[in-house]
Amino acid sequence: MAPFPLPIETILGHGGQYILYLLIGISFGAVLEVAGFGNSKILAAQFYFKDLTVLKVMFTAIIVAAVLIFATTALGILDFNLVWVNPTYLVPGIIGGLIMGVGFIVGGFCPGTSLVAAATFKLDGLFFVIGAFVGIFLFGETVGFFDSFWHSTYMGRFTLDELFGVDKGVIVFAVVLMALFMFWGGEQLERIIGKKDLKAEPKWRYGAAGALVLVSAGVMLLGMPTTAEKWDRISTEKEALLADRSVQIEPAELLSLNYNDRLIVKMLDVRSESDYNTFHLLDAEHISPEDIPKKIAGFHLEPDNTVFVIMSNDEKAATDVWKTLTAESVPNVYILEGGINNWLMTFDSADYNASTALASPSDDQLRFAFPVALGSRHAASSPNPQTFADLEFTSKVKLTSKRGATGGGCG
Amino acid sequence: MTVHTLKNPTQSTHIRISLTKRIARPYINAYTAGILLGIVLFAAFFLTGNGLGASGGMNRVIVWMEDGLVPWHVDRTPYLLDMAGGSKDPLDSWVVFVGVGVVAGGFISGWYNGRLKMETNRGPRVPIRLRWVLAFIGGAFMGYGARMARGCTSGQALSGGATLSVGSWVFMFAVFGGAYALAYFVRKFWN
Repeated sequence: MAPFPLPIETILGHGGQYILYLLIGISFGAVLEVAGFGNSKILAAQFYFKDLTVLKVMFTAIIVAAVLIFATTALGILDFNLVWVNPTYLVPGIIGGLIMGVGFIVGGFCPGTSLVAAATFKLDGLFFVIGAFVGIFLFGETVGFFDSFWHSTYMGRFTLDELFGVDKGVIVFAVVLMALFMFWGGEQLERIIGKKDLKAEPKWRYGAAGALVLVSAGVMLLGMPTTAEKWDRISTEKEALLADRSVQIEPAELLSLNYNDRLIVKMLDVRSESDYNTFHLLDAEHISPEDIPKKIAGFHLEPDNTVFVIMSNDEKAATDVWKTLTAESVPNVYILEGGINNWLMTFDSADYNASTALASPSDDQLRFAFPVALGSRHAASSPNPQTFADLEFTSKVKLTSKRGATGGGCG
Repeated sequence: MTVHTLKNPTQSTHIRISLTKRIARPYINAYTAGILLGIVLFAAFFLTGNGLGASGGMNRVIVWMEDGLVPWHVDRTPYLLDMAGGSKDPLDSWVVFVGVGVVAGGFISGWYNGRLKMETNRGPRVPIRLRWVLAFIGGAFMGYGARMARGCTSGQALSGGATLSVGSWVFMFAVFGGAYALAYFVRKFWN
């Protein structure tokens, strides 16, 4: 499995991880300062086309970071599933952005740069920071009045490659070209409106631009690893888990998990819809295996104490889905041992299953015939835990702590 | 490129108190700064999975103060409850430490480069008190908008831009669109 991002909470401890974040923040603040972003005049000049430092710094940073992120992802060093991507709330984002644009041109900063300005004793920066605190406070006190708007047009983890239906590498290459074109245009504006001498700009920027184009073209040609490729990288380690049956949990363990208040159990029923309608566990969600890839981003956003339990009639389909989710680094995924058939064997009254068991069950077929489709209204859909309290099982579920993103950049 | 604004104290400086004897160095080239910022942004994602942020940390400081003063109010407001409800500590979050780091890093770099100077940067025609009022108003808009957009220039535009989030790219154009649309009407404040 891709080794990065690191499980820093495990390595450094809960408090210790904050040292790393502090160092990241110090580097961030120092870079903003040396770029001149503590000076509101430089920031505001952007909007009169005289000095496009803001555009150059921002987009250089974005393309450098994007090229590095997706190059390391393509090489299998970074697991992009564990990287935080700002969820899209389209309309609140646009309205908030427009309000921020007003604040930017009137006040001369954005929140990060105003902190740097205040830290270097720029009084306008200090007043801006105070204003920003007031604005943030007012938002917290008024968001209740338009809560449904604030949560509207939610599109989840939605990236440009999904919007345009191409590989991420193609988008990275296109973004690099677009940024370089913007830099060229920006320099022309600086020359014409800002009366700047472009000869003073460093020559190495052409070399840097060429390097970015080459590396992003390489990322595009390499492409992002597919689920199958990710599985291949981890298959020896993970096949062993399947072989020694440490991820297949017994029906009795699933029943006890469902009554464990500390856990959120997400049961995914990957059988055919007709089997699901015939009989399924109470609260199990039906999902076809081909829809799983679309759900992965959502699974990563579930709380830390979520346990996924995959079930098919026996184990074959569930195991395939387990491999997909494991390859995409979804944590805490288990398979219901023996599937729904084993569940019914365990919790259905003996005389019922004896009379209705199909004569020659093939693999991953429902081996029980029901006179009518009962869905979750069957007694075995939610067995009474008291009745089965003395069922013994080997406990296999161990929560692994999450690594990677924990929340939004400004969350 | 940007040195001329610093060497023109009549325009940009009100109270000149030099806190160090260091001579102010010019700001570095924009592309160099961009490359450095890109590396910091990448390092944040690569090591931790999280990007950068500023307004989120400020938000949590505000919520922490509210939780200290009026905890019953926090417990009745769902938005605040998420961060400070019950035994939750709103300061127990990575983004707070990034924010503290930004202030420290800005200060260290400002000191090292001789740019720690109490001054008010403003357009040549703006009285100093008006500049302060405008900075306050602009800050309030910025703070409100940043929370509505779920992130500021750091947390949305930079972080979401580098990870190719659709919402962040749309947001970025909205910020620049809003600023450019209004720039003409406030040109006297800056030019």
